[in-house]
Amino acid sequence: MNVIVELEKPLTELEAILRDLKNRQRETQGVDLTPKIRELEEKAQQLRAEIFGNLTPWQRVHMARHPKRPLALDYISRLDDFVELHGDRTYRDDPSIVAGLGVLDGIPVCVIGEQKGRDTKENLYRNFGMPHPEGYRKAQRIMRLAEKFHRPLVTFIDTPGAYPGIGAEERGQSEAIATSLKLLAGLRTPIVVNVTGEGGSGGALAIGLGDHIVMLQHSIYSVASPEPAATILWRDATKAEEAAKRLRLTSDDLFEFGIVDEVIEEPLGGAQRDPEGTIGKVLAADRRAIERLMKLEADTLLDRRYEKYRKLGSHSELVHDRAAR
Amino acid sequence: MAPTPNWLRRRAPKPEASSDPLWVVCPECNERVYKKDLAERLFVCPKCGHHFRLGSLDRVALLADGDFHEIGANLVTGDPLQWVDRIPYPQKTSQDRSKSGMLESIVVGTCRIGGIDVGLGVMDFAFRGGTMGSVVGEKIAMLLEECGRRKVPAVLVCASGGARMEEGVIALMQMAKTSLAVQRLGALGVPFVTVLTDPTTGGVSASFGFQADVIIAETGAAIGFAGRRVIDQTIRQKLPDGFQSAEFLLEHGQVDMVVRRTELKGCLTNVLRLLTMKVPA
Repeated sequence: MNVIVELEKPLTELEAILRDLKNRQRETQGVDLTPKIRELEEKAQQLRAEIFGNLTPWQRVHMARHPKRPLALDYISRLDDFVELHGDRTYRDDPSIVAGLGVLDGIPVCVIGEQKGRDTKENLYRNFGMPHPEGYRKAQRIMRLAEKFHRPLVTFIDTPGAYPGIGAEERGQSEAIATSLKLLAGLRTPIVVNVTGEGGSGGALAIGLGDHIVMLQHSIYSVASPEPAATILWRDATKAEEAAKRLRLTSDDLFEFGIVDEVIEEPLGGAQRDPEGTIGKVLAADRRAIERLMKLEADTLLDRRYEKYRKLGSHSELVHDRAAR
Repeated sequence: MAPTPNWLRRRAPKPEASSDPLWVVCPECNERVYKKDLAERLFVCPKCGHHFRLGSLDRVALLADGDFHEIGANLVTGDPLQWVDRIPYPQKTSQDRSKSGMLESIVVGTCRIGGIDVGLGVMDFAFRGGTMGSVVGEKIAMLLEECGRRKVPAVLVCASGGARMEEGVIALMQMAKTSLAVQRLGALGVPFVTVLTDPTTGGVSASFGFQADVIIAETGAAIGFAGRRVIDQTIRQKLPDGFQSAEFLLEHGQVDMVVRRTELKGCLTNVLRLLTMKVPA
C-alpha cells in the first residue's frame, strides 16, 4: 500500500467533487456555482499544503513509488522521435529496460530507461522495474552505439534495484553491472542521467554514471532500497521506514553531497499532478546539459567525469595512529 | 613463508576474543582444529581442506615476496550521513578498529609477487564485513593511479559484503569511482587481476570485482551480487546447493579459474608473468 495514496485520499475526493462542480457549471447556465467552487478550491489548496508541505523520508519514498508517477516511457514518448531496440543478442529481451534511438529537440540521442509497470499485469511483465543481467547487456549495446555514432546518451533511472534471483545470479548480475559501469566510465560521448523515480543501488548506478545528473525533487537515490537496506542492516525488512530516515536518500541530500548536479522542482503533491509540465522541464534540462557537454573534446569530457567521481568520499588522515603503536 | 616484515609486525591484530584460545571448530567438517596448526596451514582446515577467511595482513604476507610499501595507510572514514542506529557509526568503526587491528577494510600498497612488481590491494572481512565505503574507494583509486604511473599490474583481493550501508549513497558512488579508475588503468594497457575470496558480493562484485582482465576465485568462496538473505526475502525460493560458490561461478562461465589458497601465489605469478610478457620484436 502506498502511504501517499492513503494520505492524499481526502484531497482526491475533494478534487473529484470540484471537477464535478465545474462540469455542472459549464453544462447548466442557470445557477452560479462560482463562490462554492472558489471556496472548495481554497480548501483543496490548504489541504495540499497540509499533506505535502512537509513529507517525511518514508513518505518521499512512497512519492517516488506513486502509482501515477511518470515512468521512463512517458518521458521517452515525448521525444521528437524514438525507435525501440530489443534484446541483448545473447539470451533474451528484458522488458524492465527500454532502450533505443531517439531525437531530443532536434539532437539525435541514444536512450536507456528503467521501466516499471502501471498495474499488476504490467508490473509482472516489467518485473517491477528490476532488470536482469540481459537488461544491462542490452543497455551496453546502446551505450556502444552512442559512442560509435557520436550521440549523447540519455538515461532514466527508476528501479528498486537489480533483480536478486537465481537466474540473475546464474547469468552474472555482478558482471553485467560491473561491465556497464566500466563502459560508462570510458564512453567517449556525453552522458546525461535523470533520476525520475527510485534510484536503488547498483541496479540504478549501472545506467547512472554520467556527466550531468538530473534528479526530480521527489525521486530517491540510495545505496539500497529501504527494504533490502533494513534486511542487510538489521535482518528485518519491516524496519524499512527507519532505514529510509537514515539513508539520506532525498534530492536535497543528493544535491548537498554533490552527487546530483540539478534538481527539478515538482508541483506540490508530485510530478503526477502535472506530468506534461514535469516531463517538459526534465527534457529541457537534458537539452541544456547536452548542448553544453557537446562542446567539450572527448578527452576533456572523460577527465571531467573522472574528477567528478574522484572527489566523492568522506575520509581523512588519522593523525595519531593508535592502532600502529 | 617469509619472515614477518616490519610493517606487519607493527600492526599485528590483537588476539581474538574467542571463547577458546587454542582450538577452533571447522564449520565444514565439525572437527576441532588446533589454532596454531591452522595458522601454519594458511588457515586451511588440515582435516577437510575448508578455507577459513584470511585476514588482509596474512594475505599480504602470503602473496608478497618481501616488503610491502603501504599507500594511504592512515586513511580513516568520515561520517557523511551522521549515521546512528544501535550506536553511532564512528563508534562502530572505532570498535572494529580495536577488534581487527585494522584502520579500514582494505590494505593497499606496492610489492613484488613472484619477482613481478605489482600494486596489491587486499580487503578484510573482519572490519565491518569488508564493506566498501569512502576509504576503500579512495585507496583503490590511489592504488590504481599508482599502478598506472608505474605501469605495473594491479591485483585486488576481494572479501566484502558489498557497499557499506552506513555511508549510504556515498558508498554507492565508490562503485563509480573505482570503475573509473579501473577503466583508466585499462586504457593505459596495464593488466588488472582480481582474486575473489569469501565472500565477494554486492557493490564490490558489481564493480571492480568483475572488471578485471583475469578473475581468480578462491576455493569455496561465496560470490554473487545479492546476498542470500536479500534473495530469500525477495523470492522466497529455496536456493540450490552450492549456489553462488566459486565452483558454481566457474561452471556458469563467470570466473577464469578456482584456485586453492596453497596454490594461489604460484597461480597468480604465472598469470602476471604471462600478462606482462613482451612480444619479441
